[in-house]
Amino acid sequence: MYSFGWQGYQNPWRRMREMEQEMSRLLGDYSGTRPASFPPVNIYADNDGATVAAELSGVDPQDLDISVHGHTLAVRGERKTPEDSENARWLRQERVFGQFSRNIDLAFDVDPESVEAMYRDGVLKIRLRRAESDKPKQIAVSS
Amino acid sequence: MADTKSTDLQKRQDAQVQQAVEPASNERLFIAPTDIRETNENIILMADMPGVRPDGVAVTLENNVLTVRGTVADEHRSTEAPAYEEYESGNYQRSFTLSDEIDRDGIEARMNNGVLTLTLPKTMPSQKKIEVKTG
Repeated sequence: MYSFGWQGYQNPWRRMREMEQEMSRLLGDYSGTRPASFPPVNIYADNDGATVAAELSGVDPQDLDISVHGHTLAVRGERKTPEDSENARWLRQERVFGQFSRNIDLAFDVDPESVEAMYRDGVLKIRLRRAESDKPKQIAVSS
Repeated sequence: MADTKSTDLQKRQDAQVQQAVEPASNERLFIAPTDIRETNENIILMADMPGVRPDGVAVTLENNVLTVRGTVADEHRSTEAPAYEEYESGNYQRSFTLSDEIDRDGIEARMNNGVLTLTLPKTMPSQKKIEVKTG
């Protein structure tokens, strides 16, 4: 299990994500069908930045809260339980509901003005560009 | 007892799932996480199929077996290897055995934000009350 003390220097966000994943894993083991974290994300990197894709079906885009701070992307939201579920009898439950929160460490400073998010067909895609100050600079060598 | 039928339904679903996960091709198929709820009028099935558009859904019913298939839109398939990966994209398939109490002609399918909702109306059983005579 986790000890919460600092063991030398560690990125606190990464630490948080590890704890979050550990919690999800422990809870997820119950059904065996759930991913380690919700929603699962893929990160596609390129020279200008990165695109984060998340499998997040059945969410109202209004219930999504996306923010960027430094090199961390935070995605928060809620997947609501179906409205008619109170009068219904559950025969099988494999989908997860409730609030979720993910902090993703991108390893580069993000330009907060250029972030674009799109939600379509249950997939959330967030385009993040590297901040100008974070881009590599070519140094000319003079002889 | 009303519960008996539902328990049977669930048991048979498990058997069907076993069969469904053995495709004959090398196509990547995933089992969509599915909820099934029962109200007085309907059985409601909801399946998570992120990346599937309404035109990518196929629902077939043959010999009591309901098969749900979802094909992921090209836009949501990975064209390059992710730098960090928690999920793989692929198509979805799953089969369920229906009990006889479903009105087949009334089945409705709706696809919204990557969630397939199937409404399966229950047929009303013909009421037949047996009177117990005393004496």
